[in-house]
Amino acid sequence: MDEDSRIDSQTEADGVTNEHHREDELLPQLVAHLREHRSKLREEWAHRIQDAHLLHAMTPQEMAVETKSVYDNYVEVLETGSVEALQDYARDLSERIIPRGVETQEVVGIVLLLRDVLARSLFEKYQRDFALLNRVLDAYEPAANRIANTVAVSFVDERERVIRQQQDAIRELSTPVLPVRERLLVLPIIGVLDSERARQLTEQLLAGIRTHRAKVVVMDITGAPDVDQTVANHLVQTVDASRLMGASVIITGLSPKIAQTLVTIGVDLSKMNTIGDLQGGLEEAERLLGYTVSRQDGSAR
Amino acid sequence: MDTGPALVSILRQGSYLIASIHTALDDSQMIRFQEDLIEQIGQRRSRGVIIDVAALDVLDSFGSKTLRNIGEMARLRGATTVIVGIQPDVAFAMVSLGMGTGSLYTALDLEEGLEYLDRNVRKDPGAVGTTSSSLS
Repeated sequence: MDEDSRIDSQTEADGVTNEHHREDELLPQLVAHLREHRSKLREEWAHRIQDAHLLHAMTPQEMAVETKSVYDNYVEVLETGSVEALQDYARDLSERIIPRGVETQEVVGIVLLLRDVLARSLFEKYQRDFALLNRVLDAYEPAANRIANTVAVSFVDERERVIRQQQDAIRELSTPVLPVRERLLVLPIIGVLDSERARQLTEQLLAGIRTHRAKVVVMDITGAPDVDQTVANHLVQTVDASRLMGASVIITGLSPKIAQTLVTIGVDLSKMNTIGDLQGGLEEAERLLGYTVSRQDGSAR
Repeated sequence: MDTGPALVSILRQGSYLIASIHTALDDSQMIRFQEDLIEQIGQRRSRGVIIDVAALDVLDSFGSKTLRNIGEMARLRGATTVIVGIQPDVAFAMVSLGMGTGSLYTALDLEEGLEYLDRNVRKDPGAVGTTSSSLS
């Protein structure tokens, strides 16, 4: 019967008002119900959060404040159907709680808990009229799912923004190419080399060889804790590419661990010129370039 | 047999030949360049060859193989070959595609290439062409 009247309402303009009026009223009714039982439902929700051991990074006071505003935002979205305000709030919330180590699953978890708590209360209220309950849920569920979605996406977005920011910071700190003598470059590598950084390093080194007309490059990897096969192969390629540009590369500061790794994974290092430490590398480079460094008498301490 | 000045130029500088590739060559042009250059090494009795590829922003596998071949053929005809001016991007692309220049010597630019030849080519008066003997 319901189905029929809905079809009617689409075809006959006259039949619309009555039926639509009732559909439209469902949501305000629902919102009014949720507002009315606000404190009871919120308490219920807070209990469920505690039972599920979520958000233990926050104090009870903070929890109370946040649950209150999440609840109000939630009901507001149900009422207006617009998620924009919620998006802003979720972004703001994420900004505050991400540094405190709150996980994505916790945030999604509490929103889903709230959805369930509210759904339960709707079951309770409309339990005597099953058809009505169905229609109430029809109105409630899409909105509730959209909210859960919005919160999760906002949280993840915020997280990714933080990660991107940190990556940019690392990139800026990365891989300086330093001219230390005419035609001699030093390239200190500090921190973990991933393939993105390795690529960037190659780019800067090759550009540096061109601008400084370098003949010898000392690549010091004392500060790199470990390399994997991809990065090791990339380094080998960088050395070859430098040779194509007329510069020879000396690698210094291979830690015992990296040396073992390289040999174990079978990277071909036979063409690589390696020297124990940076000092030795610089001395070798000076020899290759024909520099002789001597200490003046009297300045020796 | 001439490949034309628009694509490559082969100049004589003392006992060296300086070949510049001005634009990307297709396979048949590359072969003509190779034939031309090897021919001239004999004609001009050159002891050193510099191939300048600074104008190229791509070098395919056939191109780098031909350069390797030229180096080998030039050696058989008594000349040392240096490739100069490989661009950073080209260098890395060549290496990551596994097509290096083999045993061929490479240098940053023309100046470096000439310096290398000066250091490594034996000064043999008999090898210098008659017209350029006053230059060397």
